[in-house]
Amino acid sequence: MIAAPAMLSSVLALAQGPLDAQAAPELRWAGLALLLPLVSGLLCLLCGWAKVRSKLPAALTIAALGGAFATILRLQGVVGETPVVINLFDWISWTWGDGSRFHGFTANVDLYVDRLTVFWMLFVTGLGTLIALYASEYMESDVGKGYTRFFGAVSIFLFAMGCLVMGGNLVMLYLGWEGVGLASYLLIGYYFTKPEAVAAAKKAFIVNRIGDLGLALALFLTWQCYGTVEYAALWKAIEAAPASSEWTAQAIPWLLMLGAFGKSAQLPLYVWLPDAMEGPTPVSALIHAATMVTAGVYLIARMFPLFVVNPDALAAVAWVGGLTALLAATIGMAQYDMKRIWAYSTISQLGYMFLGLGVGTTFGASYHVFTHAFFKALLFLTAGAVMHGFAGQLDIRKLSGLLKVPGFRLVSLLAVLGCFWLAAFPFTAAFFSKDEILVSAFTAKDERVHVLGWIGLVVAALTAYYTFRVGFRVFFGPVKYEPGDEHHGYDDHDHAHGGHDAHASHGGHAQHGQHAQHGHHGHHGEFHPHGPRWAIRVPLMLIAVGAILAGWPSYRTMLDHDAPNWVKTQVAQSSAYQGAPAGDHATHGGQDAASHDAAHADHADHAHADHEHLVLGMDAHTAVGRLGSLACIAGILVSLYLHLINRGAADALRRALMGSIATRWIVVGAERKWMVDEFYDWVIRLPLRLVANILSAIDELLLDAGIVNGLGALPAAVGRIFRPLYGGVVQGYAVTMAGGVALVAAWVIWIWLRGAN
Amino acid sequence: MNPIDPQLPPGDPLVMLGLLASAILFAVGIVGFLSRRNMITMFLCTELMFQGAGLAMISYGRQHMDLSGQVFVIFILTVAAAEAALALGLVVLLYRRKETLSAEAWKELAES
Repeated sequence: MIAAPAMLSSVLALAQGPLDAQAAPELRWAGLALLLPLVSGLLCLLCGWAKVRSKLPAALTIAALGGAFATILRLQGVVGETPVVINLFDWISWTWGDGSRFHGFTANVDLYVDRLTVFWMLFVTGLGTLIALYASEYMESDVGKGYTRFFGAVSIFLFAMGCLVMGGNLVMLYLGWEGVGLASYLLIGYYFTKPEAVAAAKKAFIVNRIGDLGLALALFLTWQCYGTVEYAALWKAIEAAPASSEWTAQAIPWLLMLGAFGKSAQLPLYVWLPDAMEGPTPVSALIHAATMVTAGVYLIARMFPLFVVNPDALAAVAWVGGLTALLAATIGMAQYDMKRIWAYSTISQLGYMFLGLGVGTTFGASYHVFTHAFFKALLFLTAGAVMHGFAGQLDIRKLSGLLKVPGFRLVSLLAVLGCFWLAAFPFTAAFFSKDEILVSAFTAKDERVHVLGWIGLVVAALTAYYTFRVGFRVFFGPVKYEPGDEHHGYDDHDHAHGGHDAHASHGGHAQHGQHAQHGHHGHHGEFHPHGPRWAIRVPLMLIAVGAILAGWPSYRTMLDHDAPNWVKTQVAQSSAYQGAPAGDHATHGGQDAASHDAAHADHADHAHADHEHLVLGMDAHTAVGRLGSLACIAGILVSLYLHLINRGAADALRRALMGSIATRWIVVGAERKWMVDEFYDWVIRLPLRLVANILSAIDELLLDAGIVNGLGALPAAVGRIFRPLYGGVVQGYAVTMAGGVALVAAWVIWIWLRGAN
Repeated sequence: MNPIDPQLPPGDPLVMLGLLASAILFAVGIVGFLSRRNMITMFLCTELMFQGAGLAMISYGRQHMDLSGQVFVIFILTVAAAEAALALGLVVLLYRRKETLSAEAWKELAES
């Protein structure tokens, strides 16, 4: 480990062309952000080989991820407005013909470090470190083989995510893209003895393959159109010849979009994400909420210059995002499993991000990615803490009033905080980032997408409702709970028993009484929930602080209109602002946006936009702020009544809706996830199965039975003809032999007699 | 006909007698081999055929006034002695297995 930095810098010194003279020496260390997780992944492999039965793999992973985070923090200070390409080592470099632009293919292991890269890596590695710490306690019942496997996969995930975000060309991005897919597969299928988990892992992998096909084709077409897949050269090529109308150039955004929709769980490829909740909760928080699923947003933001040539593609991104947000929100309203609700909310929030990208505000989308990463990680991790303490119970009908359960006060408070953030309560971080997206939707140049602003507002209300449906049911109200059935199950609950003595002292019996009234569980008398210890509490608190501070850039802008929004600065000085975005940046003219001071750009930009676009007679910012707050508060109030004040009303409402034929479909549809899985089953899986069965029948009947076995049977059949000659009687053989000799003799004599005549 | 070959004139009575005796020996051997089931008898019959063949060689050697025929026969006799010991040993082992000398008992060794 100590030798690693020295090794790296010598590798850098040997293999790289010198950095720019003005580039900071810290940039030489950027490769550490990739190397450390890779090393810890390999060490975890060694731990598995050496059968380590301690928390060593967790310590290694936390240390490596912490180191990567520190590296990125150092980079944050030194990366300027111009992107830096750091060559780690040469990889692919082919030329043919005269070696000019279309006669060569170069893909080195380069890092492309600009502010967008650093921005993305900051929360990826930061949250990665905290969630690894959380997991070190969460996964402790699996210490040994499973623990090592888990942390090895987490390390590999962080390495692949680093490749994806920091890679200097599309090939590196593609490798990282597949790497995170692999890590995701391994971690969803972590409980590989559980059939649902295995099925979910396969589903995630296969659905992602469909998207990855798009990404691969886009990569090929990018080379075909622009003659390079390296970002730096690519931007130059696009600058030289912008809006190409060739179909290949037009197709690239559509194909990239397909890749992004697969990885980021958008319509029509979102179906894998809810099932991915079969993985351990820290994985859901890290990979399936905060980091990996934002890779699609990163892809589109990074490749934005390629999207600008095709306004239709951008509109499609916006529409898919808006509709996904709506669909996922309606499903989320009717689910009962806490983690699934958060999964659908993730899909819905990702929909917002794509809406933002589609209407041209890469800043709004990235800002929402940033705020969402914190509060969604917080929500998942608190859900995990509850699950951890209540033997795997996640049904919101079977948990109530956790705020008053000893040991869960902090977790509950933080979860409720996360709920406020997810609901985009006024003046929370998510409120500002959502605001950016919706304002851009209302003020986009493309008239077709304005209606998506209204859809976004409706989704905001729905989000507030279903978020607090969980919040009010689980954390408020009378104390009542039923433990799950994972005492000896897949998750970590062996110390649910061990904890009895410890918990008996702080009033576990108080709930015990109420609990028994509930009762149809045999093991009630024994169950006491156990609260989390420091390794879960500390990351939760830090992430909560992060969630609060995520709004800081906007608070600063609110107080001082000239203060630059930090996120905007980060995003504006990258390829995400290149080209002429269709939305609100259009006014300050494409290419040189990066060189503007972001704050001024921001200001001029909005002032301009506000004159042009009025929503309900107000300028767009004011209107969206007010309407968004209204939607959020309305959603919370409905939820407050139905799920806290009068819980019977919710059931009565459901019964009433179920009672009438006209409204029954709403309830059934939402509860059964609008039958999308069934639809795919019928439309895709069934025909495939049919074809597979037909082909299998042809194989078995024609090829195997007919040709292969037929040829095999031929010698046996021939043998059967001659077999009677070999009856086992020695005399039979002797007669054959003597007869044969006699025949030969007779023939010879006959010839001799003829010759004699 | 090689003029140097010191051949007897055709129809030498001693040669004809020898050839007749060898034909009879061989025929008796074949008939005996085909008609009997006792392994020792069958073995004796093969020996008869051997001697028939040997006698034919000696007779032709006489016809050609050449000693090679007799040399060969003496050579064959020594080999046959060794082979006879081996074959009788086999017969003894086979008898121990099935408590019978009949060749029929070993039909199961056939292909079908």
